[in-house]
Amino acid sequence: MKDFHFLFAAWIAVWAIFFAYEISVASRISRLRAEIERLKQQIR
Amino acid sequence: MKARITSRAIAAALIFFAGYAALFIAPDEATMHQIQRIFYFHLGCWMAMFTALSIALVANVAWLVTRKPKWDWLGVSAVEVGVVTCTAGLATGVLWGKPAWGIWWAWDARLTTAFILWLLYISYLLLRGLVEEPQRGATLSAVFGIFAFLDAPLVYAANRLWPRGQHPAPVIFGGPNSGLDPTMSKVLVICLVAMLFIAIIALVDRYRLERLRHEFDELRVAADARDAGSESALIASSAKDSI
Repeated sequence: MKDFHFLFAAWIAVWAIFFAYEISVASRISRLRAEIERLKQQIR
Repeated sequence: MKARITSRAIAAALIFFAGYAALFIAPDEATMHQIQRIFYFHLGCWMAMFTALSIALVANVAWLVTRKPKWDWLGVSAVEVGVVTCTAGLATGVLWGKPAWGIWWAWDARLTTAFILWLLYISYLLLRGLVEEPQRGATLSAVFGIFAFLDAPLVYAANRLWPRGQHPAPVIFGGPNSGLDPTMSKVLVICLVAMLFIAIIALVDRYRLERLRHEFDELRVAADARDAGSESALIASSAKDSI
């Protein structure tokens, strides 16, 4: 199949970009949640 | 939690089905053959980007009118998702350009306007980070976001306005003798639905992050005020003791 590697690379690129973004958002959310819990403890 | 798991399961099924449809169900295009299949993801990325940036435009205007924080959160979340989908659109375009045109990049009207759009929205995100006062940052970035959106219709219309570029004449809504094969159209719809669904999931998650950030800022102010209060009480009591 001619140029299949370009097709495969484009397919991977799309999902890798989305997946990396989702992981970055999820990790930022979990870090913030931990910080919020820490602050709540501090205020109490 | 259940809704999140369900939405992720639907997204995974859509990714799988869209990939299968684009790679195995769609017929070969006459001149580019296999490589034309990039089109289904490529257009999906741009449609998701236009949707995200349109949401950002509405949110930016709504913030300037109402000053309700939820519009600012939605604005920045939609811009970030727009930048991600624009990055994916540019990446797939580059990977399609090399085998189709023999070059990775050309400064034709559509590629240039798309690249400018990407830079404008990266600047939007940088601008927010540079302004320390949150209200001022939100207002400045909303005004900048409205200005940046002016480039979005130009990206869409670029190969109609300046037709002598690398990009071909419009295939969809391109006038007489344009259009897609019916099977290609169906596959395209599946891929668009998949991309839009994933972009919406990303937008909902990013909005949640922004809401948490707001909660964090409020708690930090409360904690600082509490610390300042106990510190001044300590100073007052030590002053009393010294008298």
